[in-house]
Amino acid sequence: MSNSHAVVAEQFDDRAQQHEASSLGMWIFLATEIMFFGGLFTAYTVYRNIHTAAFETASHLLNAKLGAFNTAVLICSSLTMALAVQAAQMGKRKRLITYLLSTMALGLVFIYIKFILEWHHDFLEGLAPGLHFTYAGPHASRVELFFCFYFIMTGVHALHMIVGEGVMTVLLVMAWRGAFSQERYNPIEMMGLYWHFVDIVWIFLFPLLYLLGARF
Amino acid sequence: MSSPEVELPIESRVHYLNAGYGIKSWLLTTDHKRIGLMYLVSITFFFCFGGIAATLMRLNLLEPQGLLVEPETYNKLFSMHGIIMVFFFLIPSIPAVLGNFLIPMMIGARDVAFPRLNLLSWYVFMTGGLLALYAVIAGGVDTGWTFYTPLSTAYSNTHVMAAAAGVFIAGFSSILTGMNFVVTIHKMRAPGLSWFRLPLFIWAMYATSIIFILGTPVIAISLALVGLERWFHVGIFDPALGGDPLLFQHMFWFYSHPAVYVMILPSMGVISELVTAFSKKKIFGYHFIAFSSIAIAAIGFLVWGHHMFISGQSIYAGLVFSALSFAVAIPSAIKVFNWTATLYKGSISYEAPMLYALGFIGLFTIGGLTGLFLATLAVDQHVHDTYFVVAHFHYIMVGGAVMGYLGGIHYWWPKISGRLYPDGWARVAAIIIFVGFNLTFFPQFILGYLGMPRRYAVYPAEFHTLNVVSTAGASILGLGYVIPLVYLIWSMRYGPEAGPNPWHATGLEWTTASPPPTHNFEETPVVTEEPYAYDRLAEEIQVV
Repeated sequence: MSNSHAVVAEQFDDRAQQHEASSLGMWIFLATEIMFFGGLFTAYTVYRNIHTAAFETASHLLNAKLGAFNTAVLICSSLTMALAVQAAQMGKRKRLITYLLSTMALGLVFIYIKFILEWHHDFLEGLAPGLHFTYAGPHASRVELFFCFYFIMTGVHALHMIVGEGVMTVLLVMAWRGAFSQERYNPIEMMGLYWHFVDIVWIFLFPLLYLLGARF
Repeated sequence: MSSPEVELPIESRVHYLNAGYGIKSWLLTTDHKRIGLMYLVSITFFFCFGGIAATLMRLNLLEPQGLLVEPETYNKLFSMHGIIMVFFFLIPSIPAVLGNFLIPMMIGARDVAFPRLNLLSWYVFMTGGLLALYAVIAGGVDTGWTFYTPLSTAYSNTHVMAAAAGVFIAGFSSILTGMNFVVTIHKMRAPGLSWFRLPLFIWAMYATSIIFILGTPVIAISLALVGLERWFHVGIFDPALGGDPLLFQHMFWFYSHPAVYVMILPSMGVISELVTAFSKKKIFGYHFIAFSSIAIAAIGFLVWGHHMFISGQSIYAGLVFSALSFAVAIPSAIKVFNWTATLYKGSISYEAPMLYALGFIGLFTIGGLTGLFLATLAVDQHVHDTYFVVAHFHYIMVGGAVMGYLGGIHYWWPKISGRLYPDGWARVAAIIIFVGFNLTFFPQFILGYLGMPRRYAVYPAEFHTLNVVSTAGASILGLGYVIPLVYLIWSMRYGPEAGPNPWHATGLEWTTASPPPTHNFEETPVVTEEPYAYDRLAEEIQVV
């Protein structure tokens, strides 16, 4: 949505109009994202209501400690992202680069935990629906349904994280080259909106998937 | 809004059509007008494909036992007709062609807010469309355009994945278009152009964009779930494994019912422009028409359950959905009443676009009123899944949406091409289309009411006569669609020059040259008056 030139794009009259337009565009994009995840959340909620007991059993097969740790990691990354936006607004190049790098590092920690420590483990345990599902306890097919949604929802979320990492890499290079200033920090701000959105999705996913039933 | 200086001939002036030559200048353009034209060519191409499928279906139904094709082939024909016409013609038709072309010009902007996203939307659309075409060529798909589970996930052995992936991808082009329009309308309006000075076409496109933004993501995720279920058979929509097929229907119609309003709202916007321009009269009830567009978009999100009255949905949910479906008729009726009130005591002229507009008002009214039959729980029991439903939604989608689209294309063609088409031929074509349409689809109301189910390749002999009438009508309708194709292409080269405002219409798009320069206006216009100021325009013309 941003353009790579420091000048105002030809369709806009001035920088303020360009800034407002890209902000509104980003908020609308996030609205489409909410509807996209909303479809998944709705389907999940319907099945969780129909198969309450099975979903609780299945939820207890997840590692809630890793999930909680990852929640903390993401909240920290939201903080560093917010600090990156502030650094960009004040035109502090070095601080911007530092905070962008920390945000990306925390994001990678999340992805590592999600894929290697959780997904890989679930796969080995035979909890991967359609591919390798060996769970044979009560309500086996409903447990499989839970894991199906678990993988789709956390997978789509992780995909958004990976896209975010990619865009942040581009922004990092731009920041390195000094593309941002007190007048032009809009792309960082838009990245911030996106990153916070991805975090919020996880804030909902964590209790919905990991904390079913009386667990602690 | 003064008329521009003395016009140079089209060839000796630089405008958006001759600003660059060669295929690259089109494929890499970010000019909203060129992107609109690229969409025009693309959706005309898809319309022909969908039309061929419809022709083969109507030919097959000439005989009760089926004249032409096996039932399996017939299933694929109606599926491809539905998928291509809905997702690759009707949904993009007015928004992507006329919306792209007109929105920046109507609000006095140089381009849309995000021109490169606009170009990207065309590529995304073509990727989806070609994938759907691949599904046709590779052997077709037989689930109907609705992709209902479990047929689509467990039983169909046709190319469901390719077709669904095509629809999935094309959805993102709708999202990009909707985002672009909302931001453009909010942030790019010319000085003085407040919300209630906007043309009603803009209000309609705004309402449409809201549906694009909030509805399309839901069908994307629904089709993604269908794909996963088809691949892995994990039970997302399979009752044996804990899933619920009705959930798919809920998710599908949450988008696909509002999508009907994506088809009809832009047409309503076009009709508001046409009715005023050819009555030479200020529109009656501007605010009511503007807000009824928003109301249709809003209520349209709450009526999806009327597709599932007999699918096992709770009867109480059915009652609520029935009542809400009646509610959506109110803003629709407000529009019809306001259009007819605008006609009252207007100086009406019957140029081709106006014929389409008048056709629209009549046909949309029939389509809308029969929609109330279907929203009534008891009547729907009787006519559900019959030709009555087919006739109803074709009155909305063809009698409504396509009539509005053709009316709009004819109205703004002088602006798009800079040239006039032969009005006599255009009027003849409009009348042929109107007659052919009614002959095709009115018998289907009767067929459906008598009990002929939809989606069957064969039918009992008692329905023979009405089916022959319907097929005869379809041939007339097909002929009617070919005529504009011929004379519009002819006019691009041989038509007389139109000048900036051939209809003596109001609106910023008519204050600039035809075809417009790449940046639309020589200088940013300043708006000082209400829209549709035909009284003042009439005085001006008399003075001249």
